[in-house]
Amino acid sequence: MKKNLLLIGVIASVLAMVVISCSKSITGRTDDIPALAPAKTDSEAGNWKPILLTSANEFSVPAPAAVNTTDYTAQLNEIKTWQQELTGEEKRIVQYWSGGAVLRWNEILRELVAKHNLPPYQNPDGTYPVPNPNNPLAYPQFPFANPPYAARAYAYITAAQYDALVAAYYYKKLYNRAAPYNVDPSVNALIPKSDLPSYPSEDAVVAGVSVELMKLLFPGDQDIIQQKAEEHKKARIIAGANVRSDIEAGEALGKLVAQKFVTRARGDRAGAAAGNQALWTQLESDTRAKGEIPWISLEIPKRPPMLPVFGKVKTFLFDSLTAVSLRPGPPPSTGSEQMKKELEEVYQVTKNLSREKIAIVHFWADGVATYTPPGHWNAIAADDFIPKKFSEVRWARNLALLNMAMMDAAIVCWDTKYYYFNPRPSQLDPRIKTWTGTPNFPSYMSGHSTFSAAAATVLGHILPNRASAYNAMAQEASLSRLYGGIHYRSDCEVGLVVGKNIGNYAVARALMDGAGN
Amino acid sequence: MGMKNWFMKSKNFLIGKLIPATILLFCSYASTAQTEVDAIMMNRNQFCNGLLYNYSSWDKYWEGTLKRSNENIGTISTQSVMYMAAYGVTDKFNLMVGLPYVWTKASAGTLKGMKGVQDLSFFVKWKALSTSIGKNKISLFALGGISTPVSDYVADYLPLSIGLGSTNLIARAMIDYQRGRFTITGSAAYVRRNNITIDRNSYYDTELRLTNEVKMPDATQYQLRTGYRGKYLLAEAVLNNWTTRGGFDITRNNIPFPSNRMNATTLGVALKYTLPSHVNLSFLGGANYTLAGRNMGQASSYNVGAFYAFYFKKNKTNNSTN
Repeated sequence: MKKNLLLIGVIASVLAMVVISCSKSITGRTDDIPALAPAKTDSEAGNWKPILLTSANEFSVPAPAAVNTTDYTAQLNEIKTWQQELTGEEKRIVQYWSGGAVLRWNEILRELVAKHNLPPYQNPDGTYPVPNPNNPLAYPQFPFANPPYAARAYAYITAAQYDALVAAYYYKKLYNRAAPYNVDPSVNALIPKSDLPSYPSEDAVVAGVSVELMKLLFPGDQDIIQQKAEEHKKARIIAGANVRSDIEAGEALGKLVAQKFVTRARGDRAGAAAGNQALWTQLESDTRAKGEIPWISLEIPKRPPMLPVFGKVKTFLFDSLTAVSLRPGPPPSTGSEQMKKELEEVYQVTKNLSREKIAIVHFWADGVATYTPPGHWNAIAADDFIPKKFSEVRWARNLALLNMAMMDAAIVCWDTKYYYFNPRPSQLDPRIKTWTGTPNFPSYMSGHSTFSAAAATVLGHILPNRASAYNAMAQEASLSRLYGGIHYRSDCEVGLVVGKNIGNYAVARALMDGAGN
Repeated sequence: MGMKNWFMKSKNFLIGKLIPATILLFCSYASTAQTEVDAIMMNRNQFCNGLLYNYSSWDKYWEGTLKRSNENIGTISTQSVMYMAAYGVTDKFNLMVGLPYVWTKASAGTLKGMKGVQDLSFFVKWKALSTSIGKNKISLFALGGISTPVSDYVADYLPLSIGLGSTNLIARAMIDYQRGRFTITGSAAYVRRNNITIDRNSYYDTELRLTNEVKMPDATQYQLRTGYRGKYLLAEAVLNNWTTRGGFDITRNNIPFPSNRMNATTLGVALKYTLPSHVNLSFLGGANYTLAGRNMGQASSYNVGAFYAFYFKKNKTNNSTN
């Protein structure tokens, strides 16, 4: 009995130790990153080529008050008052936003995409409701942030951030008003100091431009977005990095630049991308007329195909004729030997998948309730950009190149999908069971492959020593769709080729935008 | 025959000594706790082991608190075969282990089911106190256990994953009342669930998480079982509640996630019959129905099992005892 009691005691204490020693709190990869201290200020970025702005000074920014005015002194005093006594929450927001304005707003955007990447539930009659941007909080909430929608959102917001920052850097150099911690030594710098002039605030310009575009793209989340912006602006003042007029001028400039992008977005044909019943029927009958088996939704009840007219959306990096010319040749005919062979391969691959390959499928799936494949590539880029200590304007420029390439990849890919309207493997062979959800749109060509090759091409240009790693990731992301049983090998291979071609347009832009590299 | 007479008639029967540990496999579509929950003890040096087959299925589930069906998955079925063994270190101190092989299937849609060896569980069971007042007997038990995945199965593939992937520590207190053949057993358990890692390095629960680690909320389990405990036959009704202390609801038309707030209340029966002619051999059967739930399937489950008992070390004075 003594022995038993001893045993119980030992077991109980081991269990207790395990319980006590394992904290459950989890930490995100970017929670504790060091404050951004740019390796290069890129103070000449006002000369870089903007995307939509006709010139860096298209919108005027008034000259700031001089640092020897009473007005400016009052603004310095505001900082000092804050800094006298900081709450834990105030310290937290300074730390959080010190990671970088473009990075944090990119993360907020990815979060909004993941939150809204949910297909609407059907109506009682088996049709599907369509999210309404004018009533975004009613079910189904607007938007359904599926991959094309997300690709477009990432592109508009990062491109607008870039243009707004080019304008901001132009005026920084023009007015050359130093940061408060450099003007008054009694202002504490709670973040790394920079020689970059602080008027207008690069952080506020990013907040201002992001808020305006997010209001368009995620209208149901305005409260959260506005709250983030207020926190961001406050963090900069508390940190001693900006006075209030830096912030106000930056925010105003950001909002003006945003309007150009909002105008473009309203006219880029994305609003009509869902099509209508007549079009969905026509896609099917046209494909049959060509002697091919048309794509059919595998969902119950049958869901209309995802954004069949997204292929007509206005591209960023090339014109609409070029977009059409990037469309690849046809997939193997549904009746061909080649298709039979590829279908059999999908069946064989999916029948028994190794644990390693299941992990690959799930790592790259980026399906429902995720930030989508373009979001995944933003995350990959962000993880690699952080240690590079890019200036805010370079962060935005690099992400804009990446995301314009992926939006244009979405456009060419969706154009291709609906031009050929090719069925998924499980439609042609119901024996094929998938290791991830079957996307509700045609198979050829693989969106993941197109996005990934475009992204890898752009990122490989920006960080050449990572180029082969990015290509390997793109290959893996591409093959993950074959392993998952939702794509034929030719979908993946062609997607990679077309994606690379699209990525090269972003590289061509990078070579001539004045940023170097 | 009134209930009281029924108890009186049964009062002289011995509690079956060869009754195997009946480990409740609480295996609905997501939860995977295998918990020792009955008041039966192995005698010293007694060893019992066997296999239990479980079939569980549902075609309705709770998306948060909203009950719905989903034609894209149809009916989800989970089957398992579990090896279980119990050993009496002493009459009052038992050890138990369990290891299931689990496989899942969706009757509709394209998603492939999964299969694999799930969680190894190990429990100690201590009959801390036993006292008789006239015809009434009250016993107190303390149980502790651990369950942990023994294969690298995929947790983040609900509702078709075979388990949730967490290592769990379980502490349970149990009280058993017996009067003649009538018994009533109540127990409460706290399940500490360690965090899990998943195959992706980002996910959204109530916010975007840039990590592959998932914070798993703890859970409690309450159980009440009552019925007849005879020499050869054991028949009980079992009311069970599993409540996740935290976690989040599945949002509209979203897919489930391991750290959802999964709750379920089930009602069922548990039967065990020992062959009078071969007292080493006993058979198990049971059924459970989910009365209420949250972020889980409304599962109906059935189980059957066969167990064989013998003395690990022969005790000559006892070998004629059943």
